[in-house]
Amino acid sequence: MTKASSHIGGRKVTVFRAIKMIIAIVMLIIYLFPFALVLVNSLKTKLTIVKHPLQLLDAKGLQWVNYKNAIDQMNFGRSFANSLFVVGISVVLLMLFASMAAWLFVRTDWAACKISFSAMLASMIVPFQVVMIPLISIYGAQFHMLNHRMTMVFMNLGFGVSMCTFMCHGFIKGNIPVALEEAARIDGAGYHRTFFTIVLPLLKPILSTVAILEILSYWNDYLLPSMVFTRKEFYTLPLAIRTFYGEFSSDYGNIMAGLTLSVAPVILVYLLLQKYVIGGIVAGAVK
Amino acid sequence: MSFRKKMLLFLSFAGPAVFFFICVVIIPLIYGIYLTFTDWNGLADTKNFVGLANYKETFQDSAFWNTLLLTTGFSFLSVLFINVIAFLLAYLLTSGVKGQNFFRAGFFTPNLIGGLILGYIWQIFFSRVLTSLYTSIPIALFQKSWLSSPGTAFAALVVVQTWQLSGYMLLIYISGFVGISEDVIEAAKIDGANEQKTTLHIRLPLMVPSFVVCLFLSLTRSFKVYDLNLSLTAGGPYNSTKMTAMHIYTQAFENHRYGTGQAEALIFFIVIAIISLTQTYIGKKREVEA
Repeated sequence: MTKASSHIGGRKVTVFRAIKMIIAIVMLIIYLFPFALVLVNSLKTKLTIVKHPLQLLDAKGLQWVNYKNAIDQMNFGRSFANSLFVVGISVVLLMLFASMAAWLFVRTDWAACKISFSAMLASMIVPFQVVMIPLISIYGAQFHMLNHRMTMVFMNLGFGVSMCTFMCHGFIKGNIPVALEEAARIDGAGYHRTFFTIVLPLLKPILSTVAILEILSYWNDYLLPSMVFTRKEFYTLPLAIRTFYGEFSSDYGNIMAGLTLSVAPVILVYLLLQKYVIGGIVAGAVK
Repeated sequence: MSFRKKMLLFLSFAGPAVFFFICVVIIPLIYGIYLTFTDWNGLADTKNFVGLANYKETFQDSAFWNTLLLTTGFSFLSVLFINVIAFLLAYLLTSGVKGQNFFRAGFFTPNLIGGLILGYIWQIFFSRVLTSLYTSIPIALFQKSWLSSPGTAFAALVVVQTWQLSGYMLLIYISGFVGISEDVIEAAKIDGANEQKTTLHIRLPLMVPSFVVCLFLSLTRSFKVYDLNLSLTAGGPYNSTKMTAMHIYTQAFENHRYGTGQAEALIFFIVIAIISLTQTYIGKKREVEA
């Protein structure tokens, strides 16, 4: 009796699992469809895209020329380099400054530290729109600092530092034993030596989370760079794609190739580091 | 430790972080409040003190309140769809579907790309691909581009926002489901609870922290939507899908009304703060211990 029922139950479970699997696969296909659409159409002629957007291949063969046009017209190399420069420097400096500040905030109870940390925490609910207008008024109209890559780095640091300090703060508090640092201190290491040789290497897990979150947000940022960079030579990828889209919006083949080019680097890195990215996002969100 | 030494330590460790934070966030925040009392147009050398005129203008700016209403509607619908879909998908993926990590990574993909590019991709989808389906599947939904009339353009924004963020919230719900201890579920089963009852009375209450995080994130993200709005509909047709963030941008940088724009930004901030803090407060009260 038990055997029979478990057998029936077992078959039911298998059927159920198969249905669940099918739903999951169908949903995933729907989710990824827009990307496939862009990729497929990036190798077709304008006419075929307009008439048969769902057709896989163009009768005239693969239109690699779309990529050549897109690379030329949006100045892909230059905008890619600009993005890489701004994001790279911003993230490295951010990790360094945020972790140093967080460490001091955890290890001391000075009023200056408490005030700074509380102000940073409180600022995290301020939407960008609230500081956008005065920010550009101050650094644009008064200090004439726009159209410099380092201005962008400067602003990225200011906007990123609160969350990163907060995340490092939580990590240091929960995971780095003071005893370790005290041992180093007794051996004669100063504050800086202690931080850089003992603490910083232990922060690797939280710093990689911070790096992933910030790389994604800086790399995809459009609004702030669009106000800082008004000259084309400084355009980052999102700015380049916007101008390109505006100028060639009816050249579908080129547009699709341009979109593929701007999506591809992120997706490629994601394929390699997928586990860390997902882990980092979850860790960052739950905090 | 001497005061001098303390100060040197503070400056060398927290100095850079605090410096950037003050320059980029605190000073603009204070200067912004000052701006709302002036008539600055972004170009003139002089700013005249105008008292509360900008706030008065904000309250009379019906376009602003319309965008706020629209943004609230957009956020409400998006938050609803995002969380329902994300929760159901998370439930599905944690209930014995193989390759959970693969699916998780796949659904998350849209979140790697900025709203600007996603908007362009979907613009082509709505204006080109859907309409081309009409010849083979002649239903009214495909007849003309969704982006050409206000109602469907608004729906298109909700669809894309839901598509993107549900893959993000999915991660948080999955980690919520996985975090529920097996013991609790087993105890419920022994007490005779079936699958439905276990989900309703055991899993759901234990998942409240995940709901709080997801609702907060999806709500604030939806309220602040700008990039997607800009690239998918550009506020059109006829400004019918213009959200608050875009309205503030145009007030300042296109209409050159910096003071009014900033006053509206402050009101916008207060609205977001009230809604998200209330939601978090209510949610936190419902958290239970296993």
